[in-house]
Amino acid sequence: MAGDLDSVGGAFAEPVFGAQGTFRRIMEAMARPGTLQTLIDLPTPPAPLSPSAGAIALTLCDHDTPVWLDTALTVSEAVGSWLAFHTGAPIVRTSSEAHFVFSSNPAELIALENFAQGSHEYPDRSATIIMQVAGFDAGDSLRLTGPGIRGHADIAPAPLPRHFAEQWKQNRARFPRGVDILLAGPDAVCGLPRSTRINHSNGD
Amino acid sequence: MRGKTEKQAQRRANMAVLARAPGERLKVLWDSAGLEAEHQIVRGPETGLVTVRGRIGGGGSPFNVGEVTVTRSTVKLAGGAVGHSYALGRDKEKSRIAALFDALWQDVNLQTKLAANIIEPLARELSARDAQTKERTAATRVDFFTMVRGED
Amino acid sequence: MYVAVKGGEAAIRNAHRLLADRRRGDRSVPALRLDQIVEQLALGVDRVMAEGSLYDRELAALAITQARGDMIEAVFLVRAFRTTLPRFGYTRAADTGSMLVERRISATYKDIPGGQLLGPTFDYTHRLLEPEIAAGIDPETPETRDVDEEPMPRVTDILARDELIEEDGSVPAEKTVADISREPLEFPLDRDARLQALARGDEGFLLALAYSTQRGYARSHPFVGEIRIGEIDLELDVPELPFPVPLGRIQVTECQMVNQFKGSAKTPPQFTRGYGLVFGQSERKAMAMSLCDRALRASELGEDVVAPAQDEEFVISHSDNVQATGFVEHLKLPHYVDFQAELDLVRRMRSEVSSGNEAGHREAAE
Repeated sequence: MAGDLDSVGGAFAEPVFGAQGTFRRIMEAMARPGTLQTLIDLPTPPAPLSPSAGAIALTLCDHDTPVWLDTALTVSEAVGSWLAFHTGAPIVRTSSEAHFVFSSNPAELIALENFAQGSHEYPDRSATIIMQVAGFDAGDSLRLTGPGIRGHADIAPAPLPRHFAEQWKQNRARFPRGVDILLAGPDAVCGLPRSTRINHSNGD
Repeated sequence: MRGKTEKQAQRRANMAVLARAPGERLKVLWDSAGLEAEHQIVRGPETGLVTVRGRIGGGGSPFNVGEVTVTRSTVKLAGGAVGHSYALGRDKEKSRIAALFDALWQDVNLQTKLAANIIEPLARELSARDAQTKERTAATRVDFFTMVRGED
Repeated sequence: MYVAVKGGEAAIRNAHRLLADRRRGDRSVPALRLDQIVEQLALGVDRVMAEGSLYDRELAALAITQARGDMIEAVFLVRAFRTTLPRFGYTRAADTGSMLVERRISATYKDIPGGQLLGPTFDYTHRLLEPEIAAGIDPETPETRDVDEEPMPRVTDILARDELIEEDGSVPAEKTVADISREPLEFPLDRDARLQALARGDEGFLLALAYSTQRGYARSHPFVGEIRIGEIDLELDVPELPFPVPLGRIQVTECQMVNQFKGSAKTPPQFTRGYGLVFGQSERKAMAMSLCDRALRASELGEDVVAPAQDEEFVISHSDNVQATGFVEHLKLPHYVDFQAELDLVRRMRSEVSSGNEAGHREAAE
């Protein structure tokens, strides 16, 4: 089994500490939207899954969390078997069934409303979308306000989904339902929980 | 194709014996056979839960009965062979040895030694235990007889 | 308003230390080892595994020791431990038909293929205490007999050939298997969710409900089609291997209860069934489970729901002894503030009543 070799390697060097450290930073990222939380112990998943997105997968996904992958990630057999071996998470094709969504190319991602939004009784039954971004300073500038942000925070991640500001406004309007986003940069993660408001400060 | 299926069936049969083997016994056999080899532990040994499924009425739709503890390991040899093990219980050393066994088994030259030193004695002991259970249970079988009255 | 009260740390610490000492008991008496409990108190261990919903004999034995033999506390400890472990998956549905049988009896047919095998049973003992056990005298080794390798089909499959009995039981095929350890209960439940709850339910509670059906509260004319105890193989599908991985064997007890059914508009008269499947050797529990399962199918079979054992919400919501003990026992924890509020309320009501009375007296006097 040649696939065996790719899929079993590349986890955290220290599985327990890697997952704990990453969890702490993801929590921090969600608690303080707009801040960049540097990830320390990065795994080496098969491309096109990025190391930071891989770290998030190893930390948050398990047998009970269905995962949806975008086209580029789905095409890669190695990504599927790496996630299966290390997390045990089932990979689903129906977007609304996923607890976690991994997007290697956010510019091509289907609309946010296709993913689980939770219910009014259980708003937690919604998807968390992990978007792989090249960086946080080359895109359109986004001004973030809301809980966890003193005043405002500015980030400029790229790439982002089409009409992102409008999509996010609709996501906000569904509160307490709605999706949460984790932007996974080369070595850092930034949280956009559904409670955060975004104003485009340039561009539109 | 047939060769591949047979190889998988043999690998699976080995896993079945190793999973059921008492940990202490496996360790004794392993040490005395001198089979320990350089390896890297890719995952585990880690203990987790597996949910047992039965079927309604014995043969109907599945339902969840409860959990069992299971320990698993994955190891990788210097040559690249990867071995896995899963077994009921929480014996981590047994799990590591079973995964290493599975990795070594992929070297055709080692199979005779692995079978003779590990699988065969364990399989013999396990089937002796099963045979004893069956014989003791058989002794509790009810032989019904009918009272015959005044016929001769 | 919520007022937190602090204090008692030293008292708690010392109470736990005292508890540990009492657990150990007289130190001149040898301490129990876990293997002694596993081997010699096996059915207590099995009960903790079944109700703790975790098959691991050594852990159950540890829990029993730590709980000083308090079975519900032991179940609680096992349940708590369970939550610390990751989940690897669900086994393939195990086949009880290919069980390595240690006991197998039927009360409906005398001559069944494979025979009636009594196994290690308390049945037909005289329930006389045996001083030999106290004296530590080893029993004789068991008798053996040549094994007749005749297959042992499930008794219900024999009845099914004549269509006199309903099929094994199914829930809609497209439905994912219910898992009450993952999703909160939402009534009404499907039968798969009910069976999962019953499998871990309190033996005493289910026994009492089962007994109530026999005494006329949802009478169902039950017969034991078959009880079998033995070991079944477990297999798990994992992503890294192209075949289901054998995990080893566990011991279970299965009970097929066969019940009379007069038929309905849709169904001709036939026998219906209740099912029990429990970890370990737990015959009483498996029988009680199957009687409760049958009683809870009342609505499905078009029967009137008139008795507690048929009331799904009543039975399932109260069958879990960890939940039950948690809620009952929490009453002993400090409720000083709540009670103070109640006291105030009662005083106020009394003073209102007495001032009302005085006013009444005045009016009467005028």
